[in-house]
Amino acid sequence: MHYYNEEDLGRFGEIAKHKPDLFEKFMAWYQACQEEGALSKREKALIGLAVAVTVQCPYCIDAYTNSCLENGSNMEQMTEAMHLASAIRGGSSLIHGIQSHNAHDKVSM
Amino acid sequence: MSVKPVLISRSFPKVKISFAEKLSESELHLVSSTVDTLQVNVGKLCNQACKHCHVDASPIRTEIMQRETIDACLKVLRENNIKTLDITGGAPEMIPDFRYFVTQAKKIGAHIIVRHNLTVMFEKGHHDLAEFFAENEVEVVSSLPYFIADKTDAQRGTGVFDKSIEALKLLNKVGYGIEESLKLNLVYNPVGAFLPPEQSAIEADFKRELKNRYDIVFNNLYAITNMPIARFLDWLRRSKNEESYMQKLVNAFNPATIEGLMCRNIISVDWRGNLHDCDFNQMLEIPVVSKQTIFDFDFASLKNRDIQMENHCYGCTAGSGSSCGGVVA
Repeated sequence: MHYYNEEDLGRFGEIAKHKPDLFEKFMAWYQACQEEGALSKREKALIGLAVAVTVQCPYCIDAYTNSCLENGSNMEQMTEAMHLASAIRGGSSLIHGIQSHNAHDKVSM
Repeated sequence: MSVKPVLISRSFPKVKISFAEKLSESELHLVSSTVDTLQVNVGKLCNQACKHCHVDASPIRTEIMQRETIDACLKVLRENNIKTLDITGGAPEMIPDFRYFVTQAKKIGAHIIVRHNLTVMFEKGHHDLAEFFAENEVEVVSSLPYFIADKTDAQRGTGVFDKSIEALKLLNKVGYGIEESLKLNLVYNPVGAFLPPEQSAIEADFKRELKNRYDIVFNNLYAITNMPIARFLDWLRRSKNEESYMQKLVNAFNPATIEGLMCRNIISVDWRGNLHDCDFNQMLEIPVVSKQTIFDFDFASLKNRDIQMENHCYGCTAGSGSSCGGVVA
């Protein structure tokens, strides 16, 4: 028994069942975000992958890995995006070390 | 002369809704509009054995076109004023009558395309292919799945990328991709179970990377979808990707591709002379509806024929569509 099933990604639309109007609004927003604009589809797919890895969503990681490939990115580029996201995540932890420094300094002579 | 078809084992991808039903839903019919290209598959012999090859071509295949069938193709070109001869294989250069076919077609005035795998240039007896192509103003169309070695080699075999780069340099050296009359077009296809990127975007990547890394130039890049038949279908099954890949193709079905599908303006000829609607139908042993051969070619009935469909046709209608000349919509 595990909580994540690959085929559940294809069942995403079922979320509309109990609140269709909200899901419809979400999908319109989500799809509009994917369209080519000031950023290319490829850039957006790489951002999507970086975010997916950061929020650790297996469905999003699966979807955005495919999206990156289908927009012409290779694993070297995708890995750079994932490293950047992970480094920011690491950095965001490490910067909180300053809180520790502050707390230390406050109680220390 | 009649040509008896030899049926080999055929396998079709599984889908929840058939291609014919999908077309019917969109109230579309698949009928040819003309015959302006004779695409001749001269055989299954090849110096490579690529993982995605829809021909199942390899060095051990023995099926190749004979001189009398080539002469029949030339006669059809001449008598029906068909402008383009598109020669494919296998590695078409490996059949004994390849150069005869090209030079005779040139005399007729046909525009000649050769689907050239690049590495055959380094096989015995083919070292002067670039010069031969240039002399006959052959349009060269060559597969290069990616501009990075490991991806290309994963699909086409170890060492293929390096040889391909050397061959492209030789083609550039005789003027291919540079002179107006010497067209060099590359073919991208995904190295796996996913759809190709937008053609113009990946073409720009290839142009930039091949120029910067190897000082190679070319004219156009065709982005082609992997067809779910033969070796690629076998790989989809072994890697448990068949269902998701086919669903991807079905979901990406684009009715706007129908008008530009290559089956609407080509006739595909197999090594024995049998006629088919496309090279994929040829490999699946699906003949044109009239079951004609190159020996009893009837232009009038072929130019307005019903195209024979199966579920692999989803491969040509996904997204921007796919053909031997890249996207169609």
